[in-house]
Amino acid sequence: MAARPDPVREPEAPLPAPPRAFIEATGLVKRLGGHAVLDGASIRLLVGETLAILGRSGEGKSVLLKHLAGLMNPDSGSVRIDGEEIVGIDERRLGPVRRKFGLLFQNGALFDSFDVEENVAFPLVELGLRDPVVIRQRVLAALEAVGMAEHRHKMPVHLSGGQRKRVALARAIITQPRCLLYDEPTAGLDPIGTANIDRLIRGFQQRFQVTSLVITHDLKTVERIADRVAFLRAGRVHFLGTPAEFFTTGDPVLRQFLDGRPDEGETA
Amino acid sequence: MVGITRKLGRWGLDRLAYLGQLGELTQQIGVSMLRGRWRPRLLGEQLVATGFGSQLVVIVTGAFVGAVFGFQVYAKFKGYALESATGAMVSVAMCRELGPVVTALMVAGRVGSAMAAEIGTMKVTEQIDALRALGIHPVDYLVTPRLLAMMVSMPLLIAEAIAFGILLSYVVVVEGFGVPVAYYRNHTLASTNMEDVSIGMIKGFVFGILIVIISCHRGLHAENGAVGVGRSTTEAMVTSALWVLIVNFFLSLLLNLIFPYGSAA
Repeated sequence: MAARPDPVREPEAPLPAPPRAFIEATGLVKRLGGHAVLDGASIRLLVGETLAILGRSGEGKSVLLKHLAGLMNPDSGSVRIDGEEIVGIDERRLGPVRRKFGLLFQNGALFDSFDVEENVAFPLVELGLRDPVVIRQRVLAALEAVGMAEHRHKMPVHLSGGQRKRVALARAIITQPRCLLYDEPTAGLDPIGTANIDRLIRGFQQRFQVTSLVITHDLKTVERIADRVAFLRAGRVHFLGTPAEFFTTGDPVLRQFLDGRPDEGETA
Repeated sequence: MVGITRKLGRWGLDRLAYLGQLGELTQQIGVSMLRGRWRPRLLGEQLVATGFGSQLVVIVTGAFVGAVFGFQVYAKFKGYALESATGAMVSVAMCRELGPVVTALMVAGRVGSAMAAEIGTMKVTEQIDALRALGIHPVDYLVTPRLLAMMVSMPLLIAEAIAFGILLSYVVVVEGFGVPVAYYRNHTLASTNMEDVSIGMIKGFVFGILIVIISCHRGLHAENGAVGVGRSTTEAMVTSALWVLIVNFFLSLLLNLIFPYGSAA
């Protein structure tokens, strides 16, 4: 006897897999100096996307980034990287987790006792790579990718702000991490320098499918690189959506930020 | 009255917290030595900076402390016709107390403050966070090589300070004031034994560990930019010096129980 189709259940088409989160933070609370910098912030960074996090100065964007990278521990809440909970685990056990992502600091955080080449080679040496020819080739490739190969023998103190960021970017990508976290990568740069860094970030994302999270104030940067935008306010995610939704929002808080209007009652 | 009690209580709690942090750092160093990655290049750099680089200042300090101590002892002993015993006095004092303490104070000033400044600058410019973000434990990379280098360097530096102190004292007392060389030498050799030298070496080893832990702790906890680094540097030097002097007293009592005067005679 032939099996009859179930009259109640339609033949099931496979459901699309829900987007997987590379970093998932839930209910982060952090008090610094008696003030709740993070007050229940939750965010998911999906594999392969570029998420821009915006917010006014002092709203805890960099603090959030440091929590996501495991550089700060929250008072409460959870951070999972690639499915692994990192809150409360020993610093030594965090090493392998941290090597899954690269982090670009606001001021580059280059090691000032090393020249540019040594700075970029440092992660490879620390990973145990010993062949100087291979190291040199990879360092040159990374420096060429950020347009800094000709400056490889300079010390960090002799670089401009934009050059430092590009060298730091080369250091962050040299181990080919699956995820890159950027803390204000274009702060303090002129419009052309900003566009160059934006192009690099977008380029890495497209060439290597790197998952990226970018803390920024720069709306042009958001337009150029972001797949999604989160807006942080009072220690929480106030808005999460696409750039189109963000730029056309009617939310008064976001509109004030987008239009660059001063706070009410502020006088010259 | 309540205010004073509260301030005293807070001060006490702060000191306890500080001791707790030092204990935690010491534990981290222990774990690092057992499980951390071995970095011979960093150890070599620190041996040069800590040991080789401190030689001149330690030799000059040891030599002139020995010389002035020799002169003062000679001036006092001469009144009792005991000037030939000056060498014995200088030698034992240099080995047991002056050599280790003066060397430790100079190293705290020269090396300890530099450690606090370097690590503190790395802290406030996020270079330590950059290390952590690369999966490198700051204690493994910054503290352990410094501690190992200091543990090797300090006893050797103290030996140099002692040797040059005794030598310049000899020059002052024998060559300068005409004390017969045979008496001076015989008294020195008869009164100084390996136990005296051992005390100096053990103290140097302990002081070296103290200086590194205190100075690196100050650096790792630096904050508030350049002002904070300056404060950390000063505190590293002052705290190390105070701890050296206090620990020296208790170490002297303990080591004199283990190596009493005349035990090897």
